[in-house]
Amino acid sequence: MEKRSVFKSTWLPILFAAPQLLLILLFFYWPVTAVLNWAFTLEPPFGGAAEFVGLDNFKEVFNDQLYWHSVMISIIFAICGPLTAIFIGLVLALAVDRELPGSGFFRFLYILPFAVAGPAGGMAFRFILSPERGLAAMLNEIQPDLWNPAKYGSHALAFVIIIFIWKWAGYTFIFLLAGLQSVPRSLIEAAAMDGSGPIRRAIDIQVPLLAPTLFFLLVTMMTEGFVGSDTFGMVHATTRGGPNHATELMVYRIVDEAFQGLNYSGASAQSLVLIGLIMIFTFIQFRFVERRVHYK
Amino acid sequence: MAQIDIRAVRKSYGKTQTLHGVDLIFPTGEFVVILGPSGCGKSTLLRMIAGLEEITAGEIAIGGTVVNKLEPRERGCAMVFQNYALYPHMSVADNIGYALKVSGVPKAERRRRVEETAAIVGLTDYLDRRPAALSGGQRQRVAMGRAMIREPKVFLFDEPLSNLDAKLRVSMRAEIRKLHQRLNATSVFVTHDQVEAMTLADRLVVMNKGRVEQVGQPLDIYHRPASTFVAAFIGSPAMNLIDSRVEGGAVRLGSAVIPLAPAFAGLEGRTVTVGIRPEQVRLAAPGTGLVAIADFVEELGAGRVVHAVMEGQPFAAAIGAEVRIAPGQPIAFDLPAEHLHLFDRETGRRIEIDGEPAQSRAAAATLAPALS
Amino acid sequence: MIQRTPFANALTYAIMVIGFLLLIGPFLVVIAGASQTMQQVNAVPFRFVPGDQFLANATAAWTRGDLGHAMINSLIMTLMITFGKVALSACTAFAIVFFRSPLKHLFFWTVFITLMLPLEVRVVPTYAVAADMFTPFRLLIQFFTGIELKIEWNLLNSYAGLTLPLIATATGTFLYRQFFMTLPDELAEAARMDGSGPVRFFFDMLLPLSRTNILALTTIMFVYGWNQYLWPLLMVTDPSYQTVMMKLRMLLPPEDGGTPDWNVTLAGSLLIMLPPVLVVAVLQRWFVRGLVSSEK
Repeated sequence: MEKRSVFKSTWLPILFAAPQLLLILLFFYWPVTAVLNWAFTLEPPFGGAAEFVGLDNFKEVFNDQLYWHSVMISIIFAICGPLTAIFIGLVLALAVDRELPGSGFFRFLYILPFAVAGPAGGMAFRFILSPERGLAAMLNEIQPDLWNPAKYGSHALAFVIIIFIWKWAGYTFIFLLAGLQSVPRSLIEAAAMDGSGPIRRAIDIQVPLLAPTLFFLLVTMMTEGFVGSDTFGMVHATTRGGPNHATELMVYRIVDEAFQGLNYSGASAQSLVLIGLIMIFTFIQFRFVERRVHYK
Repeated sequence: MAQIDIRAVRKSYGKTQTLHGVDLIFPTGEFVVILGPSGCGKSTLLRMIAGLEEITAGEIAIGGTVVNKLEPRERGCAMVFQNYALYPHMSVADNIGYALKVSGVPKAERRRRVEETAAIVGLTDYLDRRPAALSGGQRQRVAMGRAMIREPKVFLFDEPLSNLDAKLRVSMRAEIRKLHQRLNATSVFVTHDQVEAMTLADRLVVMNKGRVEQVGQPLDIYHRPASTFVAAFIGSPAMNLIDSRVEGGAVRLGSAVIPLAPAFAGLEGRTVTVGIRPEQVRLAAPGTGLVAIADFVEELGAGRVVHAVMEGQPFAAAIGAEVRIAPGQPIAFDLPAEHLHLFDRETGRRIEIDGEPAQSRAAAATLAPALS
Repeated sequence: MIQRTPFANALTYAIMVIGFLLLIGPFLVVIAGASQTMQQVNAVPFRFVPGDQFLANATAAWTRGDLGHAMINSLIMTLMITFGKVALSACTAFAIVFFRSPLKHLFFWTVFITLMLPLEVRVVPTYAVAADMFTPFRLLIQFFTGIELKIEWNLLNSYAGLTLPLIATATGTFLYRQFFMTLPDELAEAARMDGSGPVRFFFDMLLPLSRTNILALTTIMFVYGWNQYLWPLLMVTDPSYQTVMMKLRMLLPPEDGGTPDWNVTLAGSLLIMLPPVLVVAVLQRWFVRGLVSSEK
C-alpha cells in the first residue's frame, strides 16, 4: 500500500528516522551480526583474539545431552502452554461474545493477568501451588508427593506451563474476542435461520472464520514460549531451571550459559539455532497472512 | 404455506420503544412489502418474525402457532439478508446445503436438492466457488437458493437488493417476483425503496416511527394515502402538501379557491393540509389558478419538474418536456379538483367521508371552468 | 442475540465464572495472603478471606526489598522507555509513510526485521555492546583508517543502558504506520494546499490525530517497560539502580528454617505487580486497541 500524496524531501525523512534507526543499528543489527561472528569463532570473554572454528561450537552444542534435553522440554513447553492458553481464550471469548448481561465485567477482568510480569506471577504461583498449602496440600494428603515441583522435574515443568497459561490466556482471549466481533452478526443469524444451535454455530461458522486469528496466536504464542522475555523471567524467578535441569528451557539455557558459564560462543551458537526456529515460524506466518485475505 | 398474524406487537430496548403496538395479518401466499424510512422499525418487525429479535409484548403466530418462544430454526422461516450473509469459508454448494446438513439430511439427497435449487437460481456452474469469487448478483442468488432449499413456509427478505447496482436491482426484482409465483410461500419483504415496494407487493405496509401508517394494495395507497406521511413518502417527486383552512365550503391555495363537495360541509373552519401530486398538476393560462414563482427546473429527459415557490411554500409540478420555463418566472397551475387530497392538519390523517374523495367528480366538473 | 435458552445462558455463565476463577483466582489468593498474619498464611487449609494485616505486611516488604528506591528506578525506566518509544516511533513512521524517498523501503525493512528477534536471543552481544558502546565505531575506524582507538564508554548501571536497547524495536512504529495508512490522501493534500510543509503537517495534523494511538502505545509500553526483567538483571550491578522486578527474589521468605513469612512476600509482589495492572484496568480500552492493532 502506498500513499498517493507524499512530501518530497531527501533529508527530512532521514532526519526523522535517524534516531530510531541509529538505536536499531547499534542495539539490534550490530549484536545480531556479533551473534553470527561468535557462533563461528571461539574467543575468551572480554578481550583476546577470536579464532575461527567453523562449526565446532555447533558440534559442541549438539553433542551435549543437556542441550537436547533443553530442546525437548522447550518443545513440550511451547506446545502445551500456547495450545492450552489459546483453548481457554477461545472458550472464554465464545462465552463473552454472547453478550449476556454482566459479560463486560468478565471481559474487563480476563485481560488483567497479562499485565503481570512473568516473574511476579511466578512468585504468586510459588505460593499458590506450593505443596504445603491450598489445593496442592489437599492433593498431597491423599498421597504424599502427589504434587511437588521442587522435587520432581515433570511437576516443575507443569508448574511453569501453568504460569505461562495463566498469563497468556487473557491475551489470546482479547484477540479471539476481537476476531469474533468482526464476524458479521448476520452470518450467525443466517446460521440460526438455517437451524443450527449455539454450539454448532461456534464449530461451523465462528471457529473457521477465526482461523487466521488462531494461527496468528499459535505462532506468536509459540515464539513467546521459545524466546519470550516473560518465559525467561518465569523460570528464573521460580525454578531456576531445576530441579535437575527439568525446566531449563532453551532461552533460559542461553542466558545461563553466557552469564553463568561465560561461554559466549556456545550461547551464540544456541541463539543462532533459536533465531533459525523463529525465522521458520515467521515465514510460516507470512505465508498464512497472505491467505488471510481470501475470505474477504 | 402459512398465514402470519401479528398482534399488538411491541419492541423496546431498555426505555426506548421502537415498535408501538403493531397489528397485521399477512394471508397465506401473499407477497407483503413493508416500506418505511430507515429507523421506522420495519427491519425489527421482520427480525421478530424470524426469531432473531425478542418480542417485548404482543404475539406473532405463523400458520396459527404462536412462535414467540420458538427458536428461529423452529419457525419454518427462511431469510435473505441485506448483505447476503453467505458463509465465506464454504463453497456455494455448502452454503446452499448448510441447512440440510444441520438437519441431518443424508449426503446423496442433500446433493440432489442442492443441484435442483442451484438450477432454479441459475448457479449450476458455480457450485464449487467460494462466495468471494462471485459477483453481487450471483451472491444474491446464493442467498436466495439457501433460503429456498428448505422449502420454508415463510420467506423473509431484509432489504436484499440494496447492495446491488440499479440495473441488477431491476432484474433481481423480476426474479424474486417469479420465484414467489413458483414457490407461493408467504413472503415478507422489507425495503425503503418505494419503487421496489410498488412493483413487488401484493400488499403494502407503510411504517413510520414504529407504527403502521397504512396497509393496502400498492395502487390504493398511492391513490388514497391515509396520512400526510404516506402521501409524502410514496410517489416521486413527493406530493405537494399545503396548509389551508376550510372557509365557505372551499379551500384556498394561494390565489386558487377550490370548492369542496357538500359532504364536507362539516369541515367548515377546520385547518387542513391539502395535497396534490406534482404529476397531476397542469399548467394553466397565465393569471388563473394557482400562481407561483419558478425557482428551478429539474430536467428528467422525458419531462421536467418545476420547483416553484407559492407564498413561501415549495410547490412542485411535473410538466412536459416541450415547455420552457425560466427561474423567476411566474407560472399558473391548474389543480384538478378530483386529484386533491385532504388531511387533518393536527393528526395528519386523511379526511374522507363515506369513501368520497375530497372533491366529488360532479363538483370538479362544474368547477373546472372557474379555474381555467 | 439469538438462542437465549436458559440452558445456553447457564452454560455461558458457568464458563465465564470458571474463567474468572482461573484467571482472577490467583489475584484473590495473593490479596488474601498478603493481608493475613504469618500464622494465617501458613495455615492448612488456606483461608481465602483477607485479613487486616496488609499495611503491616506491605511495610515489612517495603523495607526488606528497599522497594521505595526500586519503585522510583522502575518508574524512571518505564517512563523513559514509554516516552522514547512513543516519540521515536512516530517520527520513523512519518518518514516511512509520508515521503517518497528511495530510502523508504530500506527504512521499512530495517525496522520491520527487528520485530522477529526479541532481545532474549541476542541478549549476549547486546549486552556486550552496552558494556562497551564504542566497539562498533572503534572497529569501523580501525577498518578504514587503521588507527586503534582506546576510548571506552559503557552503559552499565545507567538509565541509558536500561532503556535505549529496549527502545530499539519496531512495535510502536508499526502501530503508527497502520494508523497513518488509514488517513485519507486528501489530508496531506489539503495541508499542502493550505501551505503547510511536512514538519508543520506532522505537528499540526498527525500528532493531534494520533491521540488515541499514542495513548494505546503508552499503555502497552508502560506494561512492557515495567515488567522488564532480564535486561535490568544484566545491566545493573549497583544496587542503587535496581528495579522492582530485581527485588522479587529478595522478597522470598528467608530460608533459615523458621516459618516462612509468605504474607510479606505476597504483599511485596502485589505492590510490584500493581502499577501495570492498574494502567491496564483504567486504560483498558486503549490498551486492547493498541494490542490488537499493533499485532495485525
